[in-house]
Amino acid sequence: MDSVDLEHYLIVGSLLFAIGMYMALAKRNFIGVLIGIELMFNAVNLTFISFSRFAESDAPLAGHVFVIFVITVAAAEAAVALALAVLLYRVRETVDVDRIDLLKW
Amino acid sequence: MEDTGSVIAFWLFAAMTVGAAVGVAASRNLIHAVGMLIISFAGLAGLYVTLSADFIAVAQVLIYIGAIAVLILFAIVLTPEAGRHNQEGFMRFPAVALAGITAAAMIYAALDTEWVLSDRPGFEGTATVIGDALLDKYALPFEIASVLLLVAVLGAIVLVRPEGAEEGE
Repeated sequence: MDSVDLEHYLIVGSLLFAIGMYMALAKRNFIGVLIGIELMFNAVNLTFISFSRFAESDAPLAGHVFVIFVITVAAAEAAVALALAVLLYRVRETVDVDRIDLLKW
Repeated sequence: MEDTGSVIAFWLFAAMTVGAAVGVAASRNLIHAVGMLIISFAGLAGLYVTLSADFIAVAQVLIYIGAIAVLILFAIVLTPEAGRHNQEGFMRFPAVALAGITAAAMIYAALDTEWVLSDRPGFEGTATVIGDALLDKYALPFEIASVLLLVAVLGAIVLVRPEGAEEGE
C-alpha cells in the first residue's frame, strides 16, 4: 500500500460504476435512476483520466478532451431527462418507474 | 506515484468518493441522496487533482457540483407530490447481482491485464494543451457539442412549457 498505481484508480472506477448501475436498475424513483446514471458517467470519466495519466501514449491529453465531451453530453442528458421527469410528473402525478407501465403488455 | 502525500490523498478521496456513492444508494430521502452525491463528486474532483488533471478537476466542480446537482435538486422539488422516497423496486436483487458481477469482472480485468505503462511525471498544467486540441484537432466535435447543448436546452424548455402556452402569447 506504499504506492498508488493505475489498478487502484480502475478499482475505484469499477466500484463507482457498479453502484451507479445498481441505482439505475433498482431505484423506483425516476430521479434516483438518473442519479445512478450520473454516477456511471463519473466512473467512466475517472477511468479515462487515469489511463491518460498512466498509460503509454503519443497524445496523453486526448483522454482529457474525451472527458470534456463526456461531461458535455452528460449535462445535455441531465437537462432533457430532468425535464422529462417534470413533464411525467405533470401528466401522471408520479415519477415511480414501476407505475409508468402504459406500454407493458 | 510513490510520495506519501499522493498516497494519502488517493486513499482519502477514494474512500470519500465510494463511501458517499454507497450513501447515495442507501439513503432513504432523495434530498439526502443528492447531498451525498455532491460529496462523491467532490471526492472525484480530488482524485482528478491527484492524477494531475487540473482542468478536469475544476470542470468537475463547476459542472457536476455547480450545475447537475442543482438541476437534480430542482427536479426533486418540482415533483413534490411524488414523494422523496429513494427505495428500490422489485428489481432489487437482480440489480445487486448484476452490479456485483459487473464490478467483479471489471476489477478482475483491471488486475489481470498487463497494462503498457509509461513512467512520465504528472502533467504540468493541462488547460493550454486541451484548449489547443479543442480548437484544432477536435474542432468539429467541439462545434457539434455546442449544437447538442443548444438543442438540449431548447428541448428541455419546449418539454416543460406550460399547457396552452402557444405561439404569440
